[in-house]
Order: sequence, then C-alpha cells, then structure tokens
Amino acid sequence: MVNALNDKRVRAALLAAPLVVFVAVTFLAPLVTMLVRSVYEPAVADSLPATLEALADWDGRELPDEEIFRTAGMEFVALNEERALGSVATRVNRLQSGMRSTLLGSARRLENDLPEGSWRDAMIEADEDWGEVSTWLAIRRAGERFTPRYYLNALDLDRGAAGEIVAQPEDRRIYVSLLWRTFLISATITAISLLLAYPLAWLLAHARPARAGMLLLLVLVPFWTSLLVRTTSWIVLLQNQGVINDLLVVLGILADEQRLSLIYNMTGTIIAMVHVLLPFMILPLYSVMRTIPPRHMQAAASLGGSFWQSFRRVYWPQSLPGVAAGSLLVFIMSIGFYITPALVGGRTGQLISSMIAYHMEQSLNWGLAAALGAILLLLVVLLYLIYNRLVGVDRMSLS
Amino acid sequence: MSAVKNPGDSRLRRWLHVGFCAAVLFFLVAPVLVVIPLSFNAEPYFTFTEGMLRLDRDAWSLRWYSNVVGEGRWLPALGKSLVIGTAATIVATTLGTLAALGLNSPAMPGRGLIMALLISPMVTPIIITAAGMSFFYSDLGLGQTYTALILAHAVLGAPFVLIAVSASLSGYNHDLNRAAANLGADGWTTLRRVQLPLIAPGVFTGALFAFSASFDEVVVVLFIGGPEQRTIPREMWAGIREQISPEILAVATFLIVFAILLLAAVNWLRQRDYVRTG
Repeated sequence: MVNALNDKRVRAALLAAPLVVFVAVTFLAPLVTMLVRSVYEPAVADSLPATLEALADWDGRELPDEEIFRTAGMEFVALNEERALGSVATRVNRLQSGMRSTLLGSARRLENDLPEGSWRDAMIEADEDWGEVSTWLAIRRAGERFTPRYYLNALDLDRGAAGEIVAQPEDRRIYVSLLWRTFLISATITAISLLLAYPLAWLLAHARPARAGMLLLLVLVPFWTSLLVRTTSWIVLLQNQGVINDLLVVLGILADEQRLSLIYNMTGTIIAMVHVLLPFMILPLYSVMRTIPPRHMQAAASLGGSFWQSFRRVYWPQSLPGVAAGSLLVFIMSIGFYITPALVGGRTGQLISSMIAYHMEQSLNWGLAAALGAILLLLVVLLYLIYNRLVGVDRMSLS
Repeated sequence: MSAVKNPGDSRLRRWLHVGFCAAVLFFLVAPVLVVIPLSFNAEPYFTFTEGMLRLDRDAWSLRWYSNVVGEGRWLPALGKSLVIGTAATIVATTLGTLAALGLNSPAMPGRGLIMALLISPMVTPIIITAAGMSFFYSDLGLGQTYTALILAHAVLGAPFVLIAVSASLSGYNHDLNRAAANLGADGWTTLRRVQLPLIAPGVFTGALFAFSASFDEVVVVLFIGGPEQRTIPREMWAGIREQISPEILAVATFLIVFAILLLAAVNWLRQRDYVRTG
C-alpha cells in the first residue's frame, strides 16, 4: 500500500514537473534578474577600476591628490577613445546632475591636449567641478557594485555627501505621490466596480437559469474582446469630437465650446479601467450569490424585517466572500495596470506602471525601473497572498 | 410581509433594480459594439456623421477595410500573431494539461503552494513580467527573437490552461481510473484512453484562452520583440499612440468578431463538459 501511494505521488509530481520547471525558467528567473538589477550596477565599477581603487583610500574630505587626478584623467581619456565614457557619464550624472558634460567635456579637452605638468591643474582648468569634493564623492559612489540607491530614488530619497539618507529636492519627488495616486485610483476603480457589479450579480444569481446564461454572455463579450479594442472604443467615445460629446451637444445639454474633457486625463483612466475590470468583479460576486438561497431573504421579510434590514443583516454578510474576492482581484489588477492608462490617461491619469515603462524605454535608467518594479511586485505579492488565504487561487474560475 | 404592506414600494424597487442592471450591461457591451458601425464611416472621423444617421449610402463605405487589406502592414502582422499565438498555445496547453493532471491527483504533495506558483504569471502585472523578461532575454542574447516571444507568451498562457483543465477534472470521477486499472490498463493507457477524452473540452477551453491571451498581448512584445515581431496588437498600439486612423476601427471590428467566435466556442465546449461530467 505504501509503495502504491508513493508511486502515485511520484507520478503526480512528474506530471506537474515540466510546467514547474518552465515557469521557474521563463518567469521566475526573469523576475529574479529584475531584482538583481535593482541593487547591482557593475557598469561604472568595471569601466573605472584604477580610479575607484585609488579613490578607495581617499578620505573624502579634502580634494584628492595629484596621483588620483592623473589616474582618473588618464582613465577618462582612454575610455573616451573607446567611445565608452558616455554610458559611465550617464550613470554618474544620475547621482550628481551636470556630471555628464563635466566628464565628457573634460575628457575631450584632455585628449586633445595631454597635460605635461599637473593633471590636477589641467582638469580644474578644463572644468571647475573637478575642484569640488562632491564631484569625486559622486564618482566613488557611482562605482559601488551593490547599491540601495535605486530603491532610495524610487522612494524619493537620496544619499547626501556623507552617505546619509536625505529627501530628494522638491522638484524630483515624484514616485511616492505617484504611488499614492495609483492606490487612490485603484481604490476608486474598485469601489465603482463594486457598486455597479453588486446589483447586476444579484440579478444574474437569482434569475431563471436560461435568462441568467444569456445575460452572462453579455458580461463575457467585453471580457473576451481585445483590451486594445476596448481602449480604442473609449477613445472614440470620449474624445472631444467623439460620440458622447457630440450627443450631449446635439441634445442641447452642452454648448459646442463646453465639450467635456473625458479622456487623456484621470477621468478617462477611471472610466476605461472600470469597463475593463468590471467582469472580474461580477463573476466572483455571481458565483457566491448563486449559493445564497432566496428563501433567506423571504424568511427575513416574513419575520418583519424591511428590505434594507433584511439585506443588511441577512444577504450582505453571506455575500461578503464574493465582495472580498472581487474587490481584491480588481484592486490587484488595477495597481499594476499599464496599457489602458498609458493610452487614455494623458498626464494626470498615469499609474506607477507608466514610470516603469518610461525608465525601461526612454530614460534607460534600468536600475530605477527594476526597483520600481520590485516595489510594485512586493505589493502585488502581498495582496495575492491575502487573496490566496481568503479565496484560494485554485478556486479561480474562467467562466 | 413588507412587500404585502407596501406593494408599490417593492415594485418600484424591482424596476429600479432591473433598470440599473440594464444600464450596467449597456455600459459593458455598447462601447465594444459602437466601433463596428463607425468602421464603415466614409469620412475619417470617429463619430457618426449626419449622412450616416440619415443612412445615406455615400456616407457609409468599406474604404478602411480595403486600406487594411491593401496597406501591407496588417496582413503580415496577422501572420506573425498567428505564428506566435499557435506556437505559444501548443507549449502552454501541453505543459498546462500535464500539470493539471498531476495537481488534481489527491496524492500530489504541496498542491496549494505549487498551484499558487503556477498561476502567478497570470496575476503578476504585465509591466513587471515584461521588464524582467527584457533583462533576462537580453542577458541571454535572445532579445528580439521569436523564441523569446513564444516562451514568454507560453508561460503567460499556461495558467489559463491549468485553471480550465482543473475545472474539468474537478468533476472527474476517479473511480474510472480504478475501473480502467482493474480492466488491465496501465497508467499511460488510462490517461490516453479514459481521462484525456473526458477532459478534452477543458483542454480546448484552456487552449482558446491561451491563444486569445497571446493574440492580445502587447507589452511583452513592446519590450522584448524587435522590429521583426510587429504583431497585430503591436501595430494597434502604434496606431493608437501615434495617429489614430479609422483603419484601427476596421481591425478592431475584425477582432470583435474573432472574440465573439471564441466566446461561442468556449460556451459550446462548456456545455459539452456538463453533458459528460456534470
């Protein structure tokens, strides 16, 4: 008997193994790569080994000596000849703005006219920033292979000259408020979805099966339709010269010059995302409500409860598992949503995801993109674990 | 009793409820459908022209459809979407079905945890997955290749297969396996001749979901696809972002029809599933 059970176990595990390995390699490994990138940044350290070794013993209070200046200057010139100084300069520039032009400009001047006397005097003459201690501290910090700075930056923090943690200057604090906005927009979307979905799910759950099946198909049509198509539809409907504004003008509700800005702002994001996520609220509510016998409400009414009393004391508590499942699902999906806000959100309707895309594709600050991604991932995993505890992922259903 | 005491109140509530639900259903379906008539607009506008409302024949046209076919951008994109989608679906369906068979065996150790892991690609925000894959595949030297895209779409589609097949298996009577064994079938024969035919509707449903997920996926394509991999969603994304033209509405109409066909297929499969196991 024990052997037979073991055999079954082994067979079950062998059947599951290929997908487990596949998910580990093609999904978990990329996530781990991203987490590594968020703290590991070897590019500067690999490019400036001699300079960083020389700076390691420097006290950081007074300007480095001639020896360090010469080592660094020669390394900058050599890198510039290989056309490799640009990427180093970009990275140092993230720690201290202006460093990109300082590095590239000085390297060009030194290359054309190698100093015969003091490198220190020549470099300070080329760019007076070299006479500042902070410039050298920035280079030393940029050379750290492991760094918490992307996480600090993602939380609007930075390190001061002595390595202490300080707040970013006011004009560069964007991520914490964006994270808040992501939370608020997601909570709003969840609340609106719940308000719209609850009565509909009730109707579906207690309708005759044939009619419920028909109506459920209507819920599933948008669920199956391409996200890009649904987003296109909202652009068509909501834009300034779109169907809804035209209708309001034709009906005389608005004058032609009063057309509403319904899209390319937060309103557009919320409307389009509620539409996209509503089925994810309706379906869990529906599947829970279907198990609540209508007799309970009738019994409550026959005991003299008003409709609202019976609802509040009898129906609502029984529907709570569906409310929790639907709300968590919609909230989880909202906080990481990218496509719809990117296309209809304009400036005010962007979520944290759009900053990840921006740093991936435009600023090419991959470390920061990775750190923002890791923070978002942490939030999603926490919510997912709560969901798993409350609902159980294996009870997730597709229809 | 309250209903008896105050019948008008209850009827009003009923009408309000039905009216509200009708409005919500309208909100769900109308925006999807409005694109269809607008795609036949003769003018390059995104609203109904007066001519269209008067049903003037000249106000309606197929020009955007002929542009889509003639322009030489959308047909290759369709081909690429089909190739990537089909390959990813085959991988996802094979691995997902096997895993579902293993995980739904009562003997499976650590079931809940493994299930949570295998479903996680479906719930992880796509922007994070895409960013991670972009780092990962470029480190491997596989950036901008079909291989990378197919693997990525396969792992995104596998959870759908796993869920659909698990749902089919939850109605499966395990006595059938014992009966097959008593009749002398080995494990492999039982799987092939008894279990797989019975859960086939679930497998096909999962495959349709996986294909549809790949066919609509754009963020991973943006991050790890190169200039070669301009799929339909990639072209639509570019079209919406750069300069939205009514051609997009024609393509959207095609995708809506495609979605309705998929939904019909899944619905049909579900009914078959009930017939067999329910």
